This record gives sequence, structure tokens and C-alpha cells, in this order.
Amino acid sequence: MRPKTKLLWELFGVFFRIGLFTFGGGYAMISLIDEACVEKRAWISHEDMDRLVVLAESTPGPVAINCATFVGKRQAGIAGALSATFGMVLPSFLVILLISRYLDRFLELRLVAGAFRGVKLAVAILILDAGLRMMKRLPRKPLPLGILLVALGAMLAAELLALRLSSVVLLLGAAAVSLLALACARRKGGGL
Amino acid sequence: MLLELFWGFLRVGLFSFGGGYAAVALIREQVRASGWLTEELLSYVIAVSESTPGPIMVNLATFVGSKQAGIPGALVATLAVVLPAFVIILVLTAVLDRFLGNPWVEAALTGLKACVTGLILATALEMLAANTLGQSGPDWTAAALTLALGAVYFGAKPVLKKKCSPIALIVIAALLGMAVYGR
Repeated sequence: MRPKTKLLWELFGVFFRIGLFTFGGGYAMISLIDEACVEKRAWISHEDMDRLVVLAESTPGPVAINCATFVGKRQAGIAGALSATFGMVLPSFLVILLISRYLDRFLELRLVAGAFRGVKLAVAILILDAGLRMMKRLPRKPLPLGILLVALGAMLAAELLALRLSSVVLLLGAAAVSLLALACARRKGGGL
Repeated sequence: MLLELFWGFLRVGLFSFGGGYAAVALIREQVRASGWLTEELLSYVIAVSESTPGPIMVNLATFVGSKQAGIPGALVATLAVVLPAFVIILVLTAVLDRFLGNPWVEAALTGLKACVTGLILATALEMLAANTLGQSGPDWTAAALTLALGAVYFGAKPVLKKKCSPIALIVIAALLGMAVYGR
């Protein structure tokens, strides 16, 4: 097989596996992508991984699709983006098609329901891990740490008070504050 | 019908920021507005989508599409929900490389990174709380299981010198769940 074809199949395979084992949405998947694409294969760097999470979060659409497209494009251009995204979507497509057509009482199977209750606990741990890893790589400066605390506090407060707070508002605010800080620093004649 | 599914899910894919849980609200609206599913079926579909593998949005799109118009419906709805994210990221990766190193772009990215980190940590804490605090007081079984899983996941590297992979953790959790809750 030509190396390019081999790479496309590998991208497809890796994201198929990630798609098959991602429960509970995109955040939990960050840990899986980190393991598969940064630690095991060095497809993308840690910095790229952080940028990827930022892009996925600040653009519309499923975070998982954003990630697959990004890694695939970096590795093998548009063909790579297509095979990674296709690999990511295929497991859920097949599983759901099967359930929606043949297993009407799927969640009532006790073993299945039990397994999912267990998986839900693991998903929370994976998301915590993803957040902690990103926090470790954040510059130790007052501004980023302040933004982190405000975002964290605002989301938790909104949840406690049952308010609707869109993450888009916080993201826009964070970008605006950072640009403003840079503008102020420039005016004083220094860098950040 | 297929066209309606396509536009409906294209809209969902285009306007849902921040992953699955935010999109659920949007899809609920879309489904209600178009009268695609009954309220009861919709709740069931959402529950299944949250507990099967894969992106929640893709699961929901496939499920709703399949219920509405069989396999062609599932294909059309899934394609529509994936398309915006795919195109936007392709364009952005091309543009981003040109602007990396620009101090303004770097400053904005650092701010966004800090904010996203906060959002992810908040989601993790909310999920941990939701899992271990039942509606009627603390759920000690779930809390104990969470502690055990956390110990395995974070403890494997210092103790066994070998990292516990996320996939291994999910498999362990599923087996534990079957053993504890499945009977």
C-alpha cells in the first residue's frame, strides 16, 4: 500500500476507535484524542492539541467532528480530514441505526442500563482529566488564571441558580479582555 | 421530507456551540417546531443518544432521521449536522496557520484557552455532583464507584508505572456498572 493510503486508513481506524468509545459527548473525548494522537502517535503537538480544543469549543458543531477534521487535515490534507471525520461518525451512525430500527426497548435492558450508569461515572473523570491537563499547560500569569476562575465560577453559579448562560458569551468576553490587556500593555510600551 | 431534515439539522450543526449538551436544547426546539416526534419519543431518543457511543449530536440526528425517513433520512440528517463543523474547521486551519505568531491572535487564543479550561472544569464538577448527589440525598454507591475509578485512572501511572488508557477506564466502568446496577 502506498504510504499516503496507509495513513488515510490509520486516520480512519484511530477515529473509528475513538468514536466507538466516546460516551457523553465531546469533552470526554479530549482525553481519548490526547492519548491517541499526541502521546501515542505524535500526530499533533501539545500546543496544537490545546488550539484544537479552543477551536472546537469556539466553533459550531459537534466537538468530536471539529477535532477529527482538524487532526485529519493536519496529517493528510482534505482526504485526511474526510477519512478521520468519516471514521468518527460511522460507529455512532451504525449503532443508532441498529437501535432505532430493531431495539425499541434498548434502555430497558437491565445490563445495558447498568453499564451506562457505570460509564457515566467514568465520563466525569475523563472530563476532569481533560480540564486538569489544559490547566497545567496554561501560562502561570494572572490574566489567564483570572479568566479561568471567572469562567468556572460563572458556569457553576449559573447551574446552581438554574440560569441559562451561553458559553459563547464567556468565550467572547475572554477574547475581548485578552485583546484589551494586550492593547494596554502596548500603550505602556511593553509586551504582555 | 428529506430536504426538511437536511435544513433542520444543518441549522443545528451551524448554531450549536460547545458540544452535545448545548445542542440538545436546540434539537428539542427543532423537533418540536417541525412536529417530527412525540414528546415522549423525543425524551427517549435523547436518553439513548447520551448513553450510546459517539457525538451526541450525530446520534440524535441519525436517530431522528431514521425514525422520520428510514436509512435515507438517517444519512441526510447526519450529513447535515456534520457538514458545518467540517467546512468551518477546514477553513480555519488553513487561515490559522497564517496568523499564528501574530501577537493579537496569540493573546486572544490564550484568553480563549483559559476560558475553555474553566468551562471544561465546570462541566466536570457539575457531572461529578450530578452523579453522586441523588435527588434524595447523597448516592454513596455512586460516590464510592467514582472514587474507585478515579483511583484506578489517576493512580495507575505513579503506582504501576503504566498509564490507564481512557478506553480501559470506560470498559472497567461498564463492567462495574453491570455488576453493581445490572441485577
